[in-house]
Amino acid sequence: MDVEALLLSVRLATVVCIALLIVGLPIAYWIAFSTWRWKFLVEAVVALPLVLPPTVLGFYVLVAIGARSPIGQAWTSWFGEGLAFSFEGLVLASILYSLPFAVQPFAAAFAQVDRSLLEASAVLGASRLRTAWRILLPLSINGIITGVVLSFAHTIGEFGVVVMVGGNLPGVTRTVSIAIYDDVQALEYGRANATALALVVFSVCVLAAVYALNRRVWQVQPRP
Amino acid sequence: MLDVSLRTHLSASFALDVSFAAPPGITILFGASGSGKTTVLRAIAGLLRPHGGRVVVGDRTLFDAASRTDVPVARRRIGYVAQHLALFPHLSVLENVSYGIAHLDRAERDRRADAILTSLGIAHLRARRPGEISGGERQRTALARTLVTDPDALLLDEPLSALDYATQTRMLDDLRAWNRERGIPIVYVTHAHREVFALGERVVVLEHGRVRAEGTPHEVLDAPARHSLATQAGFENVFDGLVMSSRPEAGTMACRIDGLDVEVPYSGADDGDAIRVAVRAGDILVAGEEPRALSARNILPGEVRSLGREGATMIARVAAGPVFEVHLTPAAAQTLALEEGSRVWLVIKTYSWRVIQM
Repeated sequence: MDVEALLLSVRLATVVCIALLIVGLPIAYWIAFSTWRWKFLVEAVVALPLVLPPTVLGFYVLVAIGARSPIGQAWTSWFGEGLAFSFEGLVLASILYSLPFAVQPFAAAFAQVDRSLLEASAVLGASRLRTAWRILLPLSINGIITGVVLSFAHTIGEFGVVVMVGGNLPGVTRTVSIAIYDDVQALEYGRANATALALVVFSVCVLAAVYALNRRVWQVQPRP
Repeated sequence: MLDVSLRTHLSASFALDVSFAAPPGITILFGASGSGKTTVLRAIAGLLRPHGGRVVVGDRTLFDAASRTDVPVARRRIGYVAQHLALFPHLSVLENVSYGIAHLDRAERDRRADAILTSLGIAHLRARRPGEISGGERQRTALARTLVTDPDALLLDEPLSALDYATQTRMLDDLRAWNRERGIPIVYVTHAHREVFALGERVVVLEHGRVRAEGTPHEVLDAPARHSLATQAGFENVFDGLVMSSRPEAGTMACRIDGLDVEVPYSGADDGDAIRVAVRAGDILVAGEEPRALSARNILPGEVRSLGREGATMIARVAAGPVFEVHLTPAAAQTLALEEGSRVWLVIKTYSWRVIQM
């Protein structure tokens, strides 16, 4: 079993989930509440990773963060090392790749919250931020959990983007799906099986825990 | 004082153009559903931006199309209890009530929340969620949540519609008591005729997005040109008459309308005064033979002139001197074998009459 790869994947997925909460919630808020007429264009761009092959996405991310790109150069001048083929580069690519899996459930949950509750909050003097924190997020918690779980699972399972952007550096960008692929290529079926099985068990545990939590959360929802 | 003038159009077929002033105390915004009452409240609260007009509370201009003033909802200091209350389902009663005073320090917040919960009689529910309390308790919670913020004006959208009459009366007393020392304008939206009379210092009547009339309930009912308003307020029968003899000690007076003598509640009028009296079509009983040994003081023989049906209501016009409109159920009309020309007796309790001073 490739423990290093397994831990790396979990670390990557955790970082990506946290980043998606920070990035995805505001985007979802905007999608759910904006009345801008061209909003659908933004929605389309956010949904793009759903239809694009991961290699295409990975290719453009690689070009965008490569040593010759402005982003890559700026990163190198700040941190002294390249963004491509690094853990940070992988995080960036994974955020883009998993964005729709977080934003869509978030936005759907926001859209389902009774508008009159948000209005009541504003009338009572609450700022938008306070309304979001005290009313919108608690009442959207199911959708937020769903989005986080989907993003986590999606990041753990990604392959194409990692191959393109991260390469195969043990402990840095060699995630579990790459490790399993390598083991199979090397005909080390036993090792591949052990890693894969660990991943399956881990995934089942995480999902079961989340759904168990989710069930309890349901009880604070308004009764019909 | 709350000064409102609003112009907006929500759809091609519905335009709103109203202006009215609400002095301290309760002002009723009265009208059928679809007349624009809720839209007016939402515009005052800032939840809807009108195309033109002004909203001024005291010396604070909240909205002015001319000077492009539009104070954000959260800074208007307007209390608004929406028809569906919009209590936060995931927060307890206490958390709901404390929501709008979060800027206060904890001790002050608890003190004020406790005071309002106690005065509205829901202190024992503080730990419950809105889903776990009754409709009346929810309405009190919504009212408490708004009152505790000490707003500059209060907007209530049919806040008592779901309550029985006794509970309504109690809550209105609570509201009046609360406002006695504050003296803020309260705009109270209703389409219930009963509440207009129960509440009203002032009524503003909305019809199709326009102010049809404003004044005291009696003024609004009184003006002859507004005869349809009396009808709208549920008084299908409005008659001019003369006071024949008043008996203040009995609380009644005899009044003659079109040669018919009826007994109505004493209103302070003197003998010989011209008055206007009104009675609801649904408050008149119909008897097929002359009733005897009855407490009602007005038993008027008459003849059915016409009989029609509107939905589940039979509408009879009965000549008994003046012509009365009477509503009854189809089953009742059948039992009495009513038809045009039937002889009937109309039974009207003294206190079913409403006297409008002239």
